[in-house]
Amino acid sequence: MPEQILKIDKLNKYYGQHQVLYDISFEIQKGEVVALLGPSGSGKSTLIRCLNGLEQFQSGFLFFGGKQITPQEKNWPQLRQKIGMVFQSYDLFPNLSVLDNILLGPLKVQKRQRAEATAEALKLLQRVGLEKYAEVYPRQLSGGQKQRVAIVRALALHPELMLFDEVTASLDPEMVRGILEIIRELSERDNMTMIIVTHEMNFAAQIADRILFLEEGRILEQTPGKEFFQHAKTQRAREFLESMTF
Amino acid sequence: MVHLGTNILFAGNNFVRLLEGLWTTVWIAICALIIGLILGTGLGILRTSKNRPVRILLRLYLEFFRIVPSVVLLFLFYYILPRQLNLNLPAEQMAVLAFALWVAAEFSDIVRGALISVPQHQKESGLALGLNGWQLFRYVLLPQALVLELPATINLATRVVKTTSLLMLISVMDVINIGQQIIEANRQTYPNGIFWIYGIIFLFYFIVDYPLSLWARRLAAKQH
Ligand SMILES: Nc1ncnc2c1ncn2[C@@H]1O[C@H](COP(=O)(O)OP(=O)(O)OP(=O)(O)O)[C@@H](O)[C@H]1O
Ligand SMILES: [Mg+2]
Repeated sequence: MPEQILKIDKLNKYYGQHQVLYDISFEIQKGEVVALLGPSGSGKSTLIRCLNGLEQFQSGFLFFGGKQITPQEKNWPQLRQKIGMVFQSYDLFPNLSVLDNILLGPLKVQKRQRAEATAEALKLLQRVGLEKYAEVYPRQLSGGQKQRVAIVRALALHPELMLFDEVTASLDPEMVRGILEIIRELSERDNMTMIIVTHEMNFAAQIADRILFLEEGRILEQTPGKEFFQHAKTQRAREFLESMTF
Repeated sequence: MVHLGTNILFAGNNFVRLLEGLWTTVWIAICALIIGLILGTGLGILRTSKNRPVRILLRLYLEFFRIVPSVVLLFLFYYILPRQLNLNLPAEQMAVLAFALWVAAEFSDIVRGALISVPQHQKESGLALGLNGWQLFRYVLLPQALVLELPATINLATRVVKTTSLLMLISVMDVINIGQQIIEANRQTYPNGIFWIYGIIFLFYFIVDYPLSLWARRLAAKQH
């Protein structure tokens, strides 16, 4: 039986009076890749941010590794080590070198040994082709390079689940492919469990085991990846796919 | 007898006395800055807290020191408070206290401004790495805020140095007070002494303040 990593049960989220997520329920198994698709404003970012405590939700249940997480969790710092997140805007710390950006979590949060953590960080940098950039500061990197460092920074904590929120959306087209390759390799080589918000439909079609299609805060359908792109169940999803391919 | 005007500067131990006065000025400014910056950092952090009464109280503290003119502040600390509170400190220490509280007030606003201007995204990516509140502050917010607040801090320092010229009003033997004494003592021999003495005082202040303001301008230019 596959190991369940995350389970969301009837999650509702409001901004003030305005409800933005309605009864969201889904599960994700170890090694699975879920792509979260939907039009702008449908709540993709809000949902993914609820999963690592950057947004609070008003009702519903969240289980991580079988244990329930309450909405006002004091243990979020602990949990976030296991739930890595990468954002659209990379957000490296400008006052720290690439290496120190990566080491901040392992050294300060996880209290690991510097030598061991550094060796691992360098190996991860090598993996994304940036081994020469360890001592460089973020402002000296291109957008694509920054995003690769941001991914490495999240991986350095040994997460069990990775959340990607439109990580290629602000990159030049020629940078996008490299980032997507890294994500694909994470899935294929490391069997990483991932939830990916993306506008790259081809990429989603290739990598996602399952698609969650979100509209106006509701999951309209959950469909296996290939099937979603060939014949989505809902009319809205088909219209959405059409709008994305033209 | 014809005197060269500049001689007033070097007659007797005048120049040494002027330098001693300058030292008093600088010393008071430095003490006030050190105490004020430390206190102001704490207050600035508290001003970003979620506790509303605390924020309002500190805001009032800031406004008080902003609105009250420095002269009034010095009189308050030198003539009024000691009598009310039975507190008898030398004028220099009262001056340090008054200036330090003023610096703390102004600096709390600088610290607060810097802290809230670190982008929200930076905080979130720190949190996403599992940093707790204190670690986020220590490793993400504070280093970035320090860079942001440095030009304003140096400007504050130049203002403090300038404002020390009011110290003579509470009879601190600062550079201006000593200059004034020299002028009066030599009124007969050097009728133009006032020109030279204030000329050299101008030069002193310039030498202390100008590098600071140059530095601040450089830093500010670099940030834009
Ligand atoms: N901080 C906020 N305060 C109030 N409303 C918000 C806030 N953030 C998002 N919303 C609203 O919540 C809804 C969902 O926004 P969200 O950013 O999750 O959408 P999204 O699917 O990620 O869109 P996009 O594809 O443009 O990134 C929108 O209606 C948005 O206006
Ligand atoms: Mg979004």
